[in-house]
Amino acid sequence: MKIYRINMSNLSSTIEEVPDEWRLMGGRALTSAIVAKEVDPACNPLGSKNKLVFAPGLLTGTMAANSGRLSVGSKSPLTGGIKESNAGGTAAQRFAKLGVKALIIEGIPPGDKYYCVHVHKDGVNIKEETELLDKGNYEVIKTLTDRYGENTGVMTIGQAGEYKMSAANISVKDPKGHIRSAGRGGLGAVMGSKKIKFITLDDNDGAGIEIADKEAFKNAAKIFNKGLLSHPVSGDALPKYGTDVLVNILNEAGGLPTKNFRRGNFAGAEKISGETMYDTIMERKGDPTHGCHVGCVIRCSQTYNDKNNKYLTSGFEYETIWGFGAGCEVDDLDIIATADHECDDIGLDSIEMAVTMQTAMEAGVISFGDGPGILKLLGEVKEGTPLGRILGNGASFTGKAYGLTRVATVKNQAIPAYDPRSVKGVGVTYATTPMGADHTAGYAVTANILKVGGFVDPLQKEGQIELSRNLQVATTFIDSCGLCIFVAFAVLDSGDVAQAMVDMVNAQYGTKSSIGDWFELGRTTLQTEKEFNRAAGLTSKDDRLPEFFSEEVPPHNAIWDFTNQELDSVLPF
Amino acid sequence: MNVTIKLFAQLREGRFGVENSEVPEQSRVKDVVQSLNIPSDHVKICLVNGKDTGTDHVMQNGDTVSLFPAVGGA
Ligand code: SF4
Repeated sequence: MKIYRINMSNLSSTIEEVPDEWRLMGGRALTSAIVAKEVDPACNPLGSKNKLVFAPGLLTGTMAANSGRLSVGSKSPLTGGIKESNAGGTAAQRFAKLGVKALIIEGIPPGDKYYCVHVHKDGVNIKEETELLDKGNYEVIKTLTDRYGENTGVMTIGQAGEYKMSAANISVKDPKGHIRSAGRGGLGAVMGSKKIKFITLDDNDGAGIEIADKEAFKNAAKIFNKGLLSHPVSGDALPKYGTDVLVNILNEAGGLPTKNFRRGNFAGAEKISGETMYDTIMERKGDPTHGCHVGCVIRCSQTYNDKNNKYLTSGFEYETIWGFGAGCEVDDLDIIATADHECDDIGLDSIEMAVTMQTAMEAGVISFGDGPGILKLLGEVKEGTPLGRILGNGASFTGKAYGLTRVATVKNQAIPAYDPRSVKGVGVTYATTPMGADHTAGYAVTANILKVGGFVDPLQKEGQIELSRNLQVATTFIDSCGLCIFVAFAVLDSGDVAQAMVDMVNAQYGTKSSIGDWFELGRTTLQTEKEFNRAAGLTSKDDRLPEFFSEEVPPHNAIWDFTNQELDSVLPF
Repeated sequence: MNVTIKLFAQLREGRFGVENSEVPEQSRVKDVVQSLNIPSDHVKICLVNGKDTGTDHVMQNGDTVSLFPAVGGA
């Protein structure tokens, strides 16, 4: 495999051999290793010293189920630390089929011109781009699909990325021409700073994927695939209801943050629940289940139509619905779907924007419950008005602009959809992951609420530190394989599925490592990330939740009661 | 005594979302599950008043019981 490297300062590119130290890395392990090695931790994330790295996972491009995820790494303009943001869509498998282990983009071109990049078997082409500037992601994807054909991968930034907003994401075209996003951490702003509007990928005649032991790979892939389909969460619940099935259970358990984290349950929960969404999709002839990339067997995604049975949004996730819904006290799924569509189109992280809207409501810019007000404010972000530029820089920035203390962020990144006081394990993850508040970094909701991988009482401290630590390590490995995080349900519940995952990696790379050895890659990656953050100026004081979480949250009157020492013991390196 | 029973996801199919029920004193959640013809292994999560209990739990008057099959996401 090769490394493609682009230097935007002089619009040049090279193809490099993969150094030995990176051969057994992929996805997050690789993007973090490259960023740590090549980026000055003290640099300005939007300056010429920062780099943007794209990497498919170790298993991406193979027949392994759910292995087509993409990792994007950089120094984050939102958190000021290292970032790996993960997305589905059609780009990662194209990189893998081209034999590209990573694409590294460095430098900033002089002048005001914008560019586009085309990635293909012989390298890359960099061209000036004028036509699609200021355009939203849906139009970019449609135009490029018309221009280059269905089989072209697209990664693009919307207006938010062009404005270099800290909530800007990188959108990836999915198999239906809709949008998946490397959402978190403002990486769209880094792409915008490098003056790249979009990247297209053509994998025709690519070098393909080498597999050391094809027979062993096939056998392990079969067990893995079967394991995912026979687990009740990945086999039944996710395909039918999508991730929004979580609204009701978090609401019942008192962990659904409502009105900017004032309560753990929402009177309008049923109206925005996965059950309601499923019925609405069926009634409006949408599609309740499809995959964000070819080879996904879980297929948690869906297309949600409007009242006239016309496409409104897809990949409509629980966190987005929670954030614009319960978080803002809005119980209208159509308004939330419109907000999701707008975020995808403008190129905004829908979690960051949802918490930003809660913060704007806290500030009195609009009132809680004002759904149309949310859409109006998203319009301001799209236009790049002064207010829009405040909001587009995320919840922390907005909170600061209005002098608020009730701002739900860690390392400036918005806290998602699970109250850390009543789902304590995920609170530990929010505080301690090097990524800034990120539920996927160590999804303790599994054992706290869903009873997957055992049970740890969500309202008690006991067991949470260890739970979060183990999940953070395992997840870092899963992210490095290019596997979707939803494989974790089966991996956590079945030793055979976990073994099959590792057997696939061993068969592909000709290694004989144990599960423990591979999880060590997760641990060392976390260590690399923490070291980068320290050198960037983040300290253990940044591994804390905002003060307001010491207030009780109804209905269980739970509080955030971990000591600093306890939090510092989670990733003690 | 009176309890509120809430069913979610596939458990609702052919049943209901929420219902108030008269049940005998000392009833356990699993008695309700049985009376609703829900195979016991279809109930993965049982919350009583928002706290995880398991279906052996003896209910009190006024309890809210929330029953879920295996669900997940992130
Ligand atoms: S389960 Fe969902 S998020 Fe995961 S790969 Fe499939 S569609 Fe994408």
